[in-house]
Amino acid sequence: MKPARFDYVRPATLSEAVEALAATDGEGKVLAGGQSLLPLLNFRMVRPTVLVDINGLKELSFIETRRDSVVIGALTRHREIEQSPLIASKLPVMSAAMRHVAHLAIRNRGTIGGSLSHADPAAELPMLALFYGATIVAEGPSGQRRIPADEFFVDALTNCLEPDEIVVEIEFPVLAHDGWAFEEVARRFGDFALASIAVAIRREQSGIADIRIGVMGVADTPLRLISVEQELRGAKLDGGVADRFSGLVTSATSPNSDLHASAEYRRHLLGALAKRAIATALAA
Amino acid sequence: MARLTVTVNGIRHDVDDVEPRLLLSDFLRDTLGLTGTHVGCEHGVCGACTVLLNGDSARSCLTLAIQVNGAEITTVEGLGTPEALNALQSEFREHHGLQCGFCTPGMLITGEDLLRKYPLATDEEIREGLSGNLCRCTGYQNIVAAIRSAAALRQGKAP
Repeated sequence: MKPARFDYVRPATLSEAVEALAATDGEGKVLAGGQSLLPLLNFRMVRPTVLVDINGLKELSFIETRRDSVVIGALTRHREIEQSPLIASKLPVMSAAMRHVAHLAIRNRGTIGGSLSHADPAAELPMLALFYGATIVAEGPSGQRRIPADEFFVDALTNCLEPDEIVVEIEFPVLAHDGWAFEEVARRFGDFALASIAVAIRREQSGIADIRIGVMGVADTPLRLISVEQELRGAKLDGGVADRFSGLVTSATSPNSDLHASAEYRRHLLGALAKRAIATALAA
Repeated sequence: MARLTVTVNGIRHDVDDVEPRLLLSDFLRDTLGLTGTHVGCEHGVCGACTVLLNGDSARSCLTLAIQVNGAEITTVEGLGTPEALNALQSEFREHHGLQCGFCTPGMLITGEDLLRKYPLATDEEIREGLSGNLCRCTGYQNIVAAIRSAAALRQGKAP
């Protein structure tokens, strides 16, 4: 047996799940797709006393439009997002990023709520939550709480959820843009990103009316580069825009070295991907 | 301890006293004796233990046995037999798509799911699809060739 001993409950409703998790006094864990939790259990890096398996909560699996947002249920599998025509038309950057999310067998099982809760700094969905300015809705014994993505990710593999809260759905505002791009480099296709960038741009006459920039793999959490966005608002679209963009993006980040890549290499990679991304976004 | 009912390769199994922490990979190999599913890294990186869970590929080392209660599982033993290989297995034999054979069950199951879900029109797409399955003999060329051929046959084209 790889994991340490635990009890297992499979509630049929969200309120039962919240109750079951609260009853563990902070020693329990939610099991959704299991694609991040099971490795941690197999290595015994986590030893919950109870697993609350939420795979029976079909009401948490949906993709729908609500006013100006697309709302995704926490139990929605990566593969469903990858295939969704609604995501492709309303959240094209997310749609393009999905094939980079691990591998097919992982996408078949992994869930958006699980990926956000795991909060890997080089995972696509946490970065996209920041990029879109998403709101994460969590439920605990005292009711629902709406958490902006920029407060949700606290540190590497650390979110701001209380131990008795479960992510139930995520609201992604639809961005007004006329060009976008998603670029990523990983050591092996589908692995966690060494560096990655998402860009959405809205133009007016010859300038940038608005721009949105998200990066990952280059800090302890994914980042939205708000200072660079502000600096580029109103900038002219001349021949130097790609170099300027790439320079601003790299100087706004300070990646760490680890066994996968040095800080210098990550920075170089991010600069190169930034140039590619802005060219793609402007070619639209 | 829980009771588990699961259909594996078309055969229904009712098993009592399943410990919640038992992984699906260990359940298949140790409880049911289906050793075709190979166990490599046991944390979801190598892909050797991939099985079909209700028709979709899944890592059996990242799934608890208790979670597949009521589900249908297909392992490599359920694809074909030594006397009657299925179409993909035949292409693996034709193209010598294996060396030591350790990664082969995972490659075959992943290949089946890829063939059903993606057009696999280019080698790049096939390689992207196989990126979650490691072959430490590094015999990827022939595995890609076998899947390329199976994809062409599926679309009614000569490979």
